[in-house]
Amino acid sequence: MAEKKDSMPAPIFPEAPEGVSRRTFLSWVSVGWVAFSAAMGASLTAVGRFFFPNITFEPPQQFKAGFPDEYAVSKVDERFKKRYGVWIVRNERGLYVLSTVCTHLGCTPNWLEAEGKFKCPCHGSGYYPTGINFEGPAPRPLERFKVARSEDGQILVDKTAKYQYEKGQWEDPAAFLELA
Amino acid sequence: MHIVELITGTINSLCQPSLLFTAAVIVFFLVLFKWRSKFAEVRTIIWIEVLMAAFIAVSMLHPTFRDIVTKPDNVPIVGMLFLIAFFTWLAVSKMVKNDDRIAAGQDVENKKEAKELVFTWPDLVFSEFLCSIAVWVGLVVWSILLKAPLEEPANPVETPNPSKAPWYFLGLQEMLVYYDPWLAGVVFPGLIIVGLILVPYIDINPKGNGYFTFNERKFSITSFLFGFLILWILLIVYGTFLRGPNWNFFGPYEVWDIHKLEVLKNVNLSEYIYREFRLLGGKMPENVLVREFFGFVAVIGYFVGGIWLLQNKLLKEFYEKLGKARFYILAFLVLSMASLPIKMFLRWTINLKYIVAIPEAFFNI
Repeated sequence: MAEKKDSMPAPIFPEAPEGVSRRTFLSWVSVGWVAFSAAMGASLTAVGRFFFPNITFEPPQQFKAGFPDEYAVSKVDERFKKRYGVWIVRNERGLYVLSTVCTHLGCTPNWLEAEGKFKCPCHGSGYYPTGINFEGPAPRPLERFKVARSEDGQILVDKTAKYQYEKGQWEDPAAFLELA
Repeated sequence: MHIVELITGTINSLCQPSLLFTAAVIVFFLVLFKWRSKFAEVRTIIWIEVLMAAFIAVSMLHPTFRDIVTKPDNVPIVGMLFLIAFFTWLAVSKMVKNDDRIAAGQDVENKKEAKELVFTWPDLVFSEFLCSIAVWVGLVVWSILLKAPLEEPANPVETPNPSKAPWYFLGLQEMLVYYDPWLAGVVFPGLIIVGLILVPYIDINPKGNGYFTFNERKFSITSFLFGFLILWILLIVYGTFLRGPNWNFFGPYEVWDIHKLEVLKNVNLSEYIYREFRLLGGKMPENVLVREFFGFVAVIGYFVGGIWLLQNKLLKEFYEKLGKARFYILAFLVLSMASLPIKMFLRWTINLKYIVAIPEAFFNI
């Protein structure tokens, strides 16, 4: 209170400790950064490890789907929808395997037997039993998977190969199983 | 019994998306531009709230309506509608009051208030404290009365039918019916957010700062309320109350029949041109860009023509006041916003699916 306003105390700068030269300081900083980067790298690697789970509950991508005569002509078969995410459809010439993923935003459409169409509950996209889209916002048809006969005569579905109509891939013989 | 069916049937058919949307847009503009001072009267809002309550109360007698409205997810949305009506009215009535004062050469309503300063404590903090207690009580009562709408464990192959987003996203979900995911899910929400951030940089009108007014800010208030009430709230109402199994439209008294058949065969613009109008003898060109040429012309034409129209006719004053950069951003945002209802009408009237349809490259507009 008694002090005058203009008599500010001189600022005190701490004196550098003895023996720490510029070179020592910089080398310690380098060590620090290296250690920091190593720690960050290690923890990121540990995080990355979680992208590769020990066990996956995904079903195998290839599976046998029984014999062709288990499938009625012009019927959509839903028996593998839950397990493998496919519909197996048989027509007069043979059969094909449709993906159950709506091409609009990835919901699972329902097969409506009475209307004869697949209908998505999310935004109302509709598909014919062939997989061709005809209503709602779906921009392209459902995808088909590779289908063949195994040695024992069963139907062999391979989900690793998909065939898109708009790219003309349904013409591929592997996308359709001819049944005499 | 017959008369009841007649009434419910009429309301069901009036709730068709195209009719309800058109009616809402017409009422919106009539209220804002013609009936503003009538709407601003106290008895108007009392009538509106009472009629809304009466409509819901009477409709509760109908089992379908009751099921939808009393679903725990939907109860708060019903409450929200009453609040929306009230707060819209509150704002408009303050606007009308101030506009009358301005017209009579008086000060706006809260000009005097704004100059008198009050203390944070106790004036502000105390009322905030009371509000937070009221909200807390409300939340507790709500959570006791309404069960959390939990469903069975998630199953990737069994999508609930209908599958609905959280209520505040139902406007976006409705938008997804008309647009490709990259537009309705990424570009449009992005534009909404970026556009709202840009508002203070585009809007250099100093009027209406700290007080309500309509006459001094006609364009900004109309465009905001249109985007909020019609393109957001109304679409939430659609999604909550009127969308049923298979994402079909159902009137408020219509039983949610999973087998309801709606003819929705959608056609792309290119298919219209080549198949319906038999251009090139009805054959679609092989080259994608050639096939979608007319779609690109339509989209680019919409934006170029729209900007020209806004610049030279509709918003000429704005162009002079705002300068080029601000004006073109504004015009782009306005046209993007208008493209949603335009596309909805095209879908409802001529079943137009996509204007530019390149499914080969995930590019559809």
